Amino acid sequence: MSAREDILSNIRRSLGVTGREAPRISAMQERLTSAPRGVVPQRGQVSGEARVALFRAEAERVAASVAEVAQPQDIVTEVARYLREHNLPATLRMGADARLAALDWTDTAIEVSHGRSLGDDLNGLSHAFGAVAETGTLAMVSGPDNPTTLNFLPDNHIVVLREADLLSDAESLWDRLRAAYGKALAPRTVNLITGPSRSGDIEQQIVLGAHGPRRLHIVILRD
Amino acid sequence: MTMHSTSPAFKKNAHDALADQQLQRALGNVRAGFIDKRTQAAERLPEFEALRDSARDIKNHVLAHLDLYLEHYETKVREAGGHVHFARTAEEACATIVEICKAQGARTVTKGKSMVSEEIGLNAAIEAAGMQAVETDLGEYIIQLRGETPSHIIAPAVHLMKEQVADDFRRIHTHLDAERDLTQPEALLTEARMVLRKRFLEADVGVTGANFLVAETGTSIIVTNEGNGDLTQTLPRVHIVIASIEKIVPTLEDAAQILRVLGRSATGQDMSVYTTLSTGPRRPDDVDGPQAYHVVLVDNGRSAMLGTEFEDMLRCIRCGACMNHCPVYHAVGGHAYGWVYPGPMGAVLSPSLLGVDKAGHLPNASTFCGRCESVCPVRIPLPKLMRHWREREYERHLAPATFRYGLGLWAFFARRPALYKFATGLAMPVMSFLGRKTGRFAKLPLASGWTDHRDMPAPQGKTFQAQWRERGGKTR
Repeated sequence: MSAREDILSNIRRSLGVTGREAPRISAMQERLTSAPRGVVPQRGQVSGEARVALFRAEAERVAASVAEVAQPQDIVTEVARYLREHNLPATLRMGADARLAALDWTDTAIEVSHGRSLGDDLNGLSHAFGAVAETGTLAMVSGPDNPTTLNFLPDNHIVVLREADLLSDAESLWDRLRAAYGKALAPRTVNLITGPSRSGDIEQQIVLGAHGPRRLHIVILRD
Repeated sequence: MTMHSTSPAFKKNAHDALADQQLQRALGNVRAGFIDKRTQAAERLPEFEALRDSARDIKNHVLAHLDLYLEHYETKVREAGGHVHFARTAEEACATIVEICKAQGARTVTKGKSMVSEEIGLNAAIEAAGMQAVETDLGEYIIQLRGETPSHIIAPAVHLMKEQVADDFRRIHTHLDAERDLTQPEALLTEARMVLRKRFLEADVGVTGANFLVAETGTSIIVTNEGNGDLTQTLPRVHIVIASIEKIVPTLEDAAQILRVLGRSATGQDMSVYTTLSTGPRRPDDVDGPQAYHVVLVDNGRSAMLGTEFEDMLRCIRCGACMNHCPVYHAVGGHAYGWVYPGPMGAVLSPSLLGVDKAGHLPNASTFCGRCESVCPVRIPLPKLMRHWREREYERHLAPATFRYGLGLWAFFARRPALYKFATGLAMPVMSFLGRKTGRFAKLPLASGWTDHRDMPAPQGKTFQAQWRERGGKTR
C-alpha cells in the first residue's frame, strides 16, 4: 500500500469509520460551504472615524507609523516627507500597481524604479489589498502589481491603504478576497502584516528589523 | 533519521540543568517574560475564553473527520498546481524532501522554523545527502551554529545568554572585524540579518513548516515575527511545506478563530507580525515566488493516537504556553526533556511518538499543579494525559523497582484499613520520639529519594485519622 493509503486507512481504523459514511461527508461539506464565523470580537465592530482610529491605535501599538492623506497626489508628498524625516536616500522601489503608477514624482527628488526587489532596495512602496482594524493588520496580495519581495527585502516599507479597504475583522477580509478572486484563493500569497519585523530570540528582548523591514509606514488615503 | 533522544536520561539531565548557573540565569527570562505578556493579552480581549472553546471545538471537529479533510485538502493543493506527498515515518518524510532537493540540483536549502522538521531530523538528512541546510529563524540559527537542539518550541535559544551568542558569532563569522562590538542584542541581530540575507538569496530550495493547512483552499499558513519564513518561501525556486497531518483546519474562518488565541498564548501578541497564506506555486504573470510548491504530510505515529485517550493531544497548536507556565520547565529548561518537545506538551507527546519505554520518565516531571491546562488555548487536559502515561508506565513494569516495591507495600496496608490504622498508630509515636531533638530526620531508611535533598519533618503526635476523629470528622 502507498503511504497515502496506509495513513488514511490508519486514521479510519483509529476512528472506527470507513470514510464512506454519508453523515460524516455531509458534515464536512456543510462546514466548508457555510464557513461559520465562530466568535468575532466586538473590538473591531466599528465603522467610519472610529474604525480608522482603531486601526491607527493598533498599528502604532505594534510599532508601525501611520499618516492620513486626503487625495492620491498627497501620497507623494507624504512619502517624500517620510524619507527626509528619517534621513533615507531618495529612492523608491515599487511594482506595477496602476494606482501607484498614476502618481507623479517629478516634483520630488525621489528616484523611482519598478519591479520585484532583488535584495538591495532600501525603500519599498506597496499598495495594500485591505486591512483589519481589530489588530492593525495590513493584507497584501502577491502579483506583478505588488510583488511579495517588496514586503520583505527593503529596510523601509511604505504601504498605501485606501480607507474603503479598511475592514473590521479577518472574516470580512476573507469575504473581500473571495469576492475579488473566487473561492480558490487565486493569489499565490496573501501576507497579513502587523507591524515591522522583530525578534525576541536573544534573551527575550524585542528588537525590530530581524529579516524583514525595520520600519513600516502606513499611508491611509481618505478620499 | 528521527532526532536522537536522551529522554531516558531525564533524571540526570535535570540534575545537570539545575547545577548549570548560566542556564538558570537564562531561564529567569522565561519566568519574567512570557507569563505577564500572555496575561495582559488575554485580559485585553473579553472574548478570549470563548475563543479558546471555539478553537478546541474546531480541532475536535477536524480530528473526527481527519481522513475526509485530508483528501479534500489534497485535491485543492493539486488544483492550485501544488504537489502533495504523504510520509508514514520520519525516514519517509526526510527521503521525500531530500529527493525533491536533489532533483533540483540544490546546494543550499534554507529553512523556516519548523518543529516537525526537528522531530524527523531533517537537517541531518539534508546534510547527509551532501547539501547544506541553513536555519534562518534567529534562535534556530544560533542553536544550529552550536550544534544544539531547540530548548523551547517557540524560543529555541531561550536557554542562552547574549554573551554566549556573541562568542558563537565570533567563532563562526570569521570574515568580520574581530574588534566589532557585539554586546547588545541589536548588534547580534544586525549581524545575523546581514549574514543570512546572502544565504536567502542564494538558496535553491526553501523549507517551511505550517501552522495551519486550510482544506477549503489548499492553503498553508505560517506565523512568524522575523519574516525569515517569508524570505525562505519566496526567494528559492522551490517551496516545500512540511506539516503533520493534524494541522488541517476546514476554512479560513476557522484559521482566524485559532489565530486569535495562538499569538496571545505564545508571546502575548494579538497577531504575530507575519501571517502568510500560500497557495500553490507562483502564478503565470507573477514576478516573484517559487516555481514549484510541495507539501509533505507527516504521520509519524499520529494516526495511531486518534481514538485513544491521547487524541486530545492532537489539538496542540504549539504555542508553548504550557512550558512557559510550568514550574518544572522553569527549573530545568527544555534540554533536560531529552527530545524535540519539552514541557508538559512534550511529556505527553514524546511518549506517544517515541514509545513509553523511551520517554516514560517525562510524565513524571510534573507537580500536577494544573497551570498548563489552565492556559492551554485548545484546553488539552495535560495533567490527566500525563497521569495516563504514568499508569501505562506502571502497568508495563517500567517504573523503578524501589518505586514499585514502595507503592506495593503502601497498597498492601491501604487495602487493609484496620492494619493501616494499627501500623501508623505504632509508627507515629516511635518517629515522634526518635525525632524529638531536632524535629526532623536527615536520613530515613528507604526514603533517600526524599532525605537526600531535604529533611523529613518528625511527626508532632497523633495520626491524621486520629485527629480527624477527635475533631468530629465524619467516617464511613
